[in-house]
This record gives sequence, structure tokens and C-alpha cells, in this order.
Amino acid sequence: MSPPTAPATLADLTNASALAIHRTMVRIRVFETRVTELFAAGELPGFVHTYLGQEAIAAAVCENLTDDDYITSTHRGHGHAIAKGMGTDRLMAELFGKETGANRGRGGSMHVADFSLGMLGANGIVGGGFGIAAGAGLSALHRGSGQVAVCFFGDGGVNKGPFHEALNFASVKALPVIFVCENNQYAQFTAISRTSAVEDLAIRATAYAMPGTTVDGNDAGAVYGAVGTAVEAARDGEGPSLLNCVTYRHSGHYVGDAEVYRTAAEVEQWKAADPIGRLEAALTATGWLDAAGVESVWEAARAETAAAERFAASSPDPDPGNALDYVYTPTGEVGP
Amino acid sequence: MKRMSFGQATVDATRLAMRADDRVIVLGEDISWGGNFGQFRGLLEEFGPDRIIDMPISEALIMSAAVGAAMTGLRPVASMSFLEFTMGAMDEIVNQAAKMRYMSGGQVSVPLVLRASDGILRSSGAQHSGSLEALFTHVAGLKVVAPSNPADAKGLLRSAMDDDDPVIYLENKSITAKRGWVPKGDHRVPLGTASVVQKGTDVTLITYSAMTLRGSDAAALLAFNHGISAELIDLRSLWPLDFETVAASVTKTGRVVIAHEAWLTGGYGAELSARIGEELFADLKAPVVRVGAARAPIPFGPPLESAVVPGTDAIVDAAVRVAG
Repeated sequence: MSPPTAPATLADLTNASALAIHRTMVRIRVFETRVTELFAAGELPGFVHTYLGQEAIAAAVCENLTDDDYITSTHRGHGHAIAKGMGTDRLMAELFGKETGANRGRGGSMHVADFSLGMLGANGIVGGGFGIAAGAGLSALHRGSGQVAVCFFGDGGVNKGPFHEALNFASVKALPVIFVCENNQYAQFTAISRTSAVEDLAIRATAYAMPGTTVDGNDAGAVYGAVGTAVEAARDGEGPSLLNCVTYRHSGHYVGDAEVYRTAAEVEQWKAADPIGRLEAALTATGWLDAAGVESVWEAARAETAAAERFAASSPDPDPGNALDYVYTPTGEVGP
Repeated sequence: MKRMSFGQATVDATRLAMRADDRVIVLGEDISWGGNFGQFRGLLEEFGPDRIIDMPISEALIMSAAVGAAMTGLRPVASMSFLEFTMGAMDEIVNQAAKMRYMSGGQVSVPLVLRASDGILRSSGAQHSGSLEALFTHVAGLKVVAPSNPADAKGLLRSAMDDDDPVIYLENKSITAKRGWVPKGDHRVPLGTASVVQKGTDVTLITYSAMTLRGSDAAALLAFNHGISAELIDLRSLWPLDFETVAASVTKTGRVVIAHEAWLTGGYGAELSARIGEELFADLKAPVVRVGAARAPIPFGPPLESAVVPGTDAIVDAAVRVAG
């Protein structure tokens, strides 16, 4: 399949929302590019899955949300965290395993969370977010809060049992949940075409009596519009939706993956259809941004990531004496 | 005090907790009908379908929805009826509920209770019989309670529902219908407090859940037939564990029998025995002896079932071996 390369669609976007999405996408790109370098240089413990190439989805989805709304994320969660408002300094510090990290160094790349922003955590288990998002939606409904929950997941997640369990339940109870599939076409190392009975994953929504839409996931404006419709329906009590956002992972499954399962030509083809390039083509064509404006966004992102790295590198490690903190809630401490 | 069954006592605790706190909801299979053991009877009528929520037979979802609700301001109780059904939610229990507080660096608590009916009840067959508490006590981040009588059933459930961490509440099928005196009103039994059911001097019998009843029978037989004075401890709470009460008794008697319905190998008794050995070796007059189920799935045929599951006799025999 050759990727779409047309400039992004701006029809549903205002100047402000388009520029905000662009800024977020660039910030994620620069951050993840540096994370890749840091990991390769042995600066980061553990392993990392980067969001390179999928930036349009997190940025455009979260532009539709308020700080009170919830998201559940995946092992590839840095982009979601940034788009939901997490500071890159606290995110980078978490990747370094530092006490100043978002999770005080207890979580790492696959578990970054900020509950004050409704970011209910990246999740190291494929499909781990389905039921959590449904539960958050149930909670919002129970409290009458008007919040929605977005469940991000990959094409690998759709073959997990909890996908079906959660979509069914969300539909039965008309929960305010938007299921956003980031279909980057590979579940770990295996092409989705080899593991899913239906190629167009939006079809699966039919079985659960909810709207299902396939979107060009590298077109930030298209994602923004489709998610906007789904969020509005969720807030209006019309229940959940499934969005199949087709995109492509520029990097391997994790940094260091030998990528023997796909061709270099395929990767190059998709990199040429880069979502940031497509958005910038649209923005400069309409005059919402000129070349100097584009460059200043990238420059600001580079400065931000450099500052985040300095903050992380210079932050203290967690005290090993506190390794058992946070396993249980101290008696008397009020829960959420 | 009021006389009621174990199951009714749990309904009483749930009702009081739900009246006191709007954030409490119950997510479970078939609960609006009262549950398989009457442990939810009458709650729908008082609290309605928005709080007493019949769930699809989707165990992973029941548990993960409870986690999501717990992390966003509610205090859910999840139920999947038979304990064996919770095996379909082990990822959600072990990887999500138990670890979320820690992984987030203490940003959030996961205040939920998972209720599950364990134990052995008249030829329920291998997939509806058994005791799997050791799977849960093994996991950092979980708390596990296993009451043996209606008063504790109420008091421990109320404390579990008050607790800010995930609590596995094991209600043994064979004693759900048993009746006893239960304190009225806001009765609570703090997690992590064992109960000395009967005082004695020669041997400490450590039990929990339905095995406490057999332990009580065994203590009477030991006194009557063998002149052995047994002290019976009902742990009630497996994590947190009231090791102080255990240690005080072991220091006094120097002889220990740990009895549970669960498989012996890798069971909770193995952990407890190891800890007693490590911390109280100098006080022991004999090796710690464990009583548990034989290493077989719980059989269907009644004589086979009895052959695998430890009864009162097994506890008596073990106590006579160490104290006779």
C-alpha cells in the first residue's frame, strides 16, 4: 500500500488549533529523536519504544480534549504524555529513572503517567488500557462529570480479548469512551495483514453497534475532525466510537529492533509521507505559517528537549532506601 | 448482635458502605439476582442498577473497569463469582491493579475489592473448587483476606471496602450459608489482625477461612482424645499478616501446625512455615508441619474429593505428630 502524501486537511481546524497540533507534533518528534540517540548512546536504562511517525494522532486527539478528560496509553506512550500536557522535563527524567521523573523513577518509559492531567498511564501490556478506559468512562458517567476517556491502542491490541470485552461493554452502557487505534501496521514484528481477519479494523465496530471510522492517521486535520465528532457524541451521551487511524512507525518496534520484517524501501516510502511534512505543506500553503515560522517551532522544540535532557541528567537518582515506598497506600492517606 | 449467615453478613457490610459513600459501586456477574451464594441479595432494590451493575461474562473487563473506576474517583467492588473465574482477569489483577500505585510513583491509589468464592463445596468439580490465595499473597501490591465466620465476614469486608489498596476478599463456598452472631452497625475488623479463637499451651494450630472450623473441631478432639491443649489462630488476613499474634503463640507452644484447604506445595503455609523457621527457630520444639490438599485438581466424585481435601483428621494427626 502506498501511503497518502497530500497536504494535511485543514477544513476542521482553526488557525490556533492547527498551530497547536503542529507544535505538539514537532515537540514529540524532536523529543523522540533525541531519546533514540540517548538510548543508542547507553544513557537510558531499560528499553524504549518511540512514537516517531505517529505524531499526528496523539497531537490531534488531545487537541480535542480538556485537562480533565482521560487518556489511556500504550508502551509507545511518550507522544500521548506530551500531547496530554506532561512537561518534557518530567518525562525525560522518568526515562532516566530519576526521582524528578513523572513517576519518581518507579515507572519508566512504559508506565509514564500524570493523573493530574487525566493521563492514566502508558501500559506495558498490549491492550492494558481497554478496560481501564471503560472504567474511567463509567466513573465519569457515574459522577456526571462530562469527562470523556480516550483509549489509545495499536493494531496489535485489537486481537486481544479485552478489546472485544471493553467495546461491547462501552456500547451496552453508552460510555463516553473513544477507542483510537493507532494502526501502524505492525504488531511488534508481525504485519497486521497476517493476523487480523479483517483488514479494515473499523469494520469491527459494527459488531458492537458503534460508529467505526478509518482515518488517514498521518493527516492531522483528518484525525482532528474524526475525533472531534466522536468526542462530541460521547459528551452528548451517544456512547463510544472506534477510530482506525492508519499510520506508520518510522522506528522499529523498540529502539535497536533489527527490522528484518519490513523493507527499507517501505520505510522510506512512509517517511516521505511524513505527517509533519504533510501538515507543514498545508500550513504554508494557506499562509498560517511561513518557512521562518516553521523553523522557529523546530528551534523551540530543540531548545525544550535540550533543557529537558539537562534537567533529567542533573536530577538526583531515587534513594534506594525508598524502594518500598508506594507499594501500598499509607494508612490515613486519602485515596483519589 | 444479630444472627445471620456469612453471605448475609457481607450484604450487611456492603449495604452500610454503599449508604455511607456514593462512590461505592458493585460490578459483577449476575449480582442483581443476588449472586450465586446470596452475597448481593437485596442490594439492587436499595441502590439501583447504576450502582449494582450486572456485567457481561467478561472477567478481564470486570477487573480492568474496576481498576479504571478506582483510579478516577470511585470505590468499586468487583465480583466474578467463583474464584477460578478470576483466572481470566489475572493480567488485570497482577499487572494493573497491584502495580499501578507503585508504577505511578504514588500518584494514585487503586481502592477496589475483588470478591471471589473459593474453597470446596460438594462435588463442584475441579474448575469450581479450590483455594488459590497463594497466587495473590505472592503479588506485591495486593492485600488478601479470608474470613471464617459471619462476624469477621462483615468486619473484614467493611475494612476492605474502606481500604485504599486492592483487596482480594475470599469467601469460602462451604461456609457462606453458615450462621453466626454478627455485630450490628459499623462493625469493622482491621486488615492484618489475627484472632486467637481458642487458647492452649501444647501446639499452635494456624488456620483461616473454612479450615478454621475444622481446626476448632480438631482442637476439641485433641483435648478429649489425646490430652493435647491446642491454641487455635484464625489468621483472617493473609496480607497484611499479623505475625505478632503468630509469634506470641509459637513462642509459648513451640509446636506449629498450619492447615489450609489449598494445595500444600507452594501454598500459603509454606511461606508462613518458612517465616516461622527463620524468625522463631530457637523457640521451636519440633518442625513446623503443614496440612493442605493433595497435589491433584479437586476431583468430582465424593470419595475422591474427600481423599484429596484435608479434613479434621489430618489436622489432629499432624498435631499428635508434633505434640503427642
